[in-house]
Amino acid sequence: MHKLDDNRAWLLIVPVFALVAFNAIIPLMTVVNYSVQDIFGPGQRAFIGVEWFREMLRDPTIQAAFIRQMVFSGLVLAIQIPLGIAIALLLPRSGWKSSLAIILIAIPLLVPFNVVGTIWQVYARPEIGLLGRAINAVGFDYNYTASPVAAWVTLLLMDTWHWTPLVILLAFAGLCSIPQPYYQAARIDGASRYAIFRYIELPKLKGVMTIAVLLRFMDSFMIYTEPFVVTGGGPGSSTTFLSIRLVNMAVGQFDLGPAAAFSLMYFLVILLFSYVFYTILKMNSRA
Amino acid sequence: MAEITISDLRHAYDGDLSDPSKLALKGINHVWRDGGAYALLGPSGCGKSSMLNMISGLVRPTAGRILFDGRDVTDLRPEERNIAQVFQFPVLYDTMTVAENLAFPLRNRRIAPAQITRRVNEVAEMLDLGPLLKRRAAGLGAADKQKISLGRGLVREDVAAILFDEPLTVIDPQVKFDLRRKLKLVHETLKLTLVYVTHDQSEALTFADQVVVMSHGEVMQAATPEELYDRPSHSFVGRFIGSPGMNFLPCALDGNQIRFDGGTIPAPALAPRPGSQLTLGLRPHAIQPADAPTGITADLIEVEDRGPWRIADIAIGTNHLKMKLKDDVPLPSGSFPVRFDPDATLLYADDLLTGDLRHAQA
Amino acid sequence: MMSIAETTLVAAPLARKRARSGGRRRAITASLLGLFLIFQALPIYWIVRMSLMTPANVLSRPDFLPVDPSLDNYRTIFSDPSWYMSFVNQITYVCLNTVISLAVALPAAYAFSRYRFIGDKHVFFWLFTNRMAPPAVFLLPFFQLYSAVGLFDTPWAVALAHTLFVVPLAVWILEGFMSGIPREIDETALIDGYSLPRFFVTIFMPLIASGVGVTAFFCFMFSWIELLLARTLTSVDARPIVVTMTRTASSSGLDWGLLAAAGVLTILPGVAVIWFVRNYIAKGFALGRV
Repeated sequence: MHKLDDNRAWLLIVPVFALVAFNAIIPLMTVVNYSVQDIFGPGQRAFIGVEWFREMLRDPTIQAAFIRQMVFSGLVLAIQIPLGIAIALLLPRSGWKSSLAIILIAIPLLVPFNVVGTIWQVYARPEIGLLGRAINAVGFDYNYTASPVAAWVTLLLMDTWHWTPLVILLAFAGLCSIPQPYYQAARIDGASRYAIFRYIELPKLKGVMTIAVLLRFMDSFMIYTEPFVVTGGGPGSSTTFLSIRLVNMAVGQFDLGPAAAFSLMYFLVILLFSYVFYTILKMNSRA
Repeated sequence: MAEITISDLRHAYDGDLSDPSKLALKGINHVWRDGGAYALLGPSGCGKSSMLNMISGLVRPTAGRILFDGRDVTDLRPEERNIAQVFQFPVLYDTMTVAENLAFPLRNRRIAPAQITRRVNEVAEMLDLGPLLKRRAAGLGAADKQKISLGRGLVREDVAAILFDEPLTVIDPQVKFDLRRKLKLVHETLKLTLVYVTHDQSEALTFADQVVVMSHGEVMQAATPEELYDRPSHSFVGRFIGSPGMNFLPCALDGNQIRFDGGTIPAPALAPRPGSQLTLGLRPHAIQPADAPTGITADLIEVEDRGPWRIADIAIGTNHLKMKLKDDVPLPSGSFPVRFDPDATLLYADDLLTGDLRHAQA
Repeated sequence: MMSIAETTLVAAPLARKRARSGGRRRAITASLLGLFLIFQALPIYWIVRMSLMTPANVLSRPDFLPVDPSLDNYRTIFSDPSWYMSFVNQITYVCLNTVISLAVALPAAYAFSRYRFIGDKHVFFWLFTNRMAPPAVFLLPFFQLYSAVGLFDTPWAVALAHTLFVVPLAVWILEGFMSGIPREIDETALIDGYSLPRFFVTIFMPLIASGVGVTAFFCFMFSWIELLLARTLTSVDARPIVVTMTRTASSSGLDWGLLAAAGVLTILPGVAVIWFVRNYIAKGFALGRV
């Protein structure tokens, strides 16, 4: 759409600007402040520059958490994006069946994080949980408190359960916005179901799927509550993701300086990855 | 190339034929001659697009048959019918080049690559798309996009008919004329049966040899543009075609006179069924000022200048009518006598044409 | 030409065959979708089942159906103010958050959708970066900030803190909806003598009502499910139910039945909200700009 040039429009974004600045800039300054100081006690602090950053980068537990986090987010995207598109394709596009399916699918999105954890903690137990018993019944030795693999499987299943609905809703919205004549023309052209998907639906989904990938990447990269409730970061440190490591450091050990340095790097990594994803997806849809 | 026969086509979107007044199509019979150019004209919601989609196979009629050259295709899928259809909004495969778009229907039918290339080049040539073949289809203008949509239909060698569903809606007025001429040229070169759905009468009248006027799921009249204008067989067609449309004067038969509010004229010899509602239908050009009294007096209300002619709002008795005058005809003011051209004064009984005054009189 | 009756005879078996293969395809679609819906529904069923059982039974009985079902856990919650008031607390800050977010996001989204101004793209991007800030990063600074301004342990603290990651999304969704409304409508109204605020409320808002509904849904959702900030910014007076659940878990041993009942209660408002926006939810993101 053609837009008007008018700098008075700034007046309209003053409220949002003020609110977000209050919430983001002041705390960010605090974090930056901590990250460059060593705090011994009340009123006793020394400027130490980038020392904490260096220390954090060398910290093997953080390196391990970072790799874990990358693998987790990678798996989340690899599972949830295709699954979400596939389920959206199966959904009826209109009518009461469609509404009903949407409601059922969307419910996990509105379950609070810690309740998700509570549910899966019991649901996946090998002795008393339906899922745990079922997996053991088909012959796998499955116990998420003892085996790192089982813990990962549990967390991935849980995240898939919780967040695939968001991908489905986005993909469904994208599919619903495809005008009917595209399907009609494809039928006249004799296109197969696969060709319709490949040449009509997939290109039209690019926009919403960019959003889906970004949101799923960010949220999975920041995940804290659900794995914390289910596995507490264990067994061992096999599911200690970045946020869990950070909270342990800041709240558990009260290492404010290092935690602040860690926070800033964490934030920058998400920003960087999001930017890269965004650019790649944008380029793809233009090429 | 094919003659398309539509036989007793009835359609209800909920599949229930029991209430005839709710049907989208109410039993339509029509033959589209091989190689003819037809327009399907009617207001929105009259069922013209539904009918087009039934010919192409996108919609299956609830009842009735569709035949291509005598072969029943009612149960065939769209891709088995060999028709080309162009929609209101250009449909393109955005990720493909123009050439790939044109080749798509042939690829789906597993035609040999050499033959695909040959056909694509032929069609591109015909539609002036040659220089664009390597470009991405997504970035082109609406007119080129519509040509590609058409080309995807034409690229198959066995095309039976081309169907257009208001294809010029999104085209800029300047380009519209060129594209319309191009479509007409393609039709003349290939001699394909062509059906053109539109709600724009000027588009229909300039494009088609025969125009099928529809209203509320029924064919009101199928005729040449001249016939539609001169002798609309139903008062709906009279009102719908022409700008302004036909004037209608409620009237009654009184002995050998036709009497209406504001005047009388001699009655024709024909005898409409007693008890039917009679109206006189007059195109605006059929009413002209007279030099001497005619027994019909009109009062001038307003004049609208339309360049080479003027449209006068007049009242005859309590009836409001439109009169079309050449701009060199002097316009009387106040009350003045008018005469009705007997050739163009049509008598309708219950909205159906029974005849004009001259021929009925003879 | 063949007669109609003859051709019908020829075509009928073909049509029947088609109907059969179409039917098989529909059956496969329906069963795959059914499987997924079961995968989605079973965990919910499991927490409902737990909520009807005693803690001892939860930890010892693997039966599919609830064992000795009773509503005792719900009775406990509805008779204990520390439980049901925390439910009220949570609804309070979530609604506050939704209202604040919409109030600031609506004008901003209008500005982004209608005007070009200095720094517009940068501000839009900067807003979105806040969606990328891990809550864990902000725990301590938020605690200090909201304590300093005297809002700690009030619903306002949580509501305001949640706007950080809700508002960017709200601006983005609303901007998408607004860009779908032609600007001619604004111009006509302004020429007709409407002031901008009056035009916005009486003409523009009704046009984007479904967009506002969808945005409200996402504000509600992301605020309702968040735990970390809610736990950090409250202690006793404004404690929400998600936090009460975690506190119960650590102090008096794990009462799984009670936890499950509280969990079920936290799901209900969500279901109600989905019900209201079910027909618009699919449109919410489709119109957004990328």
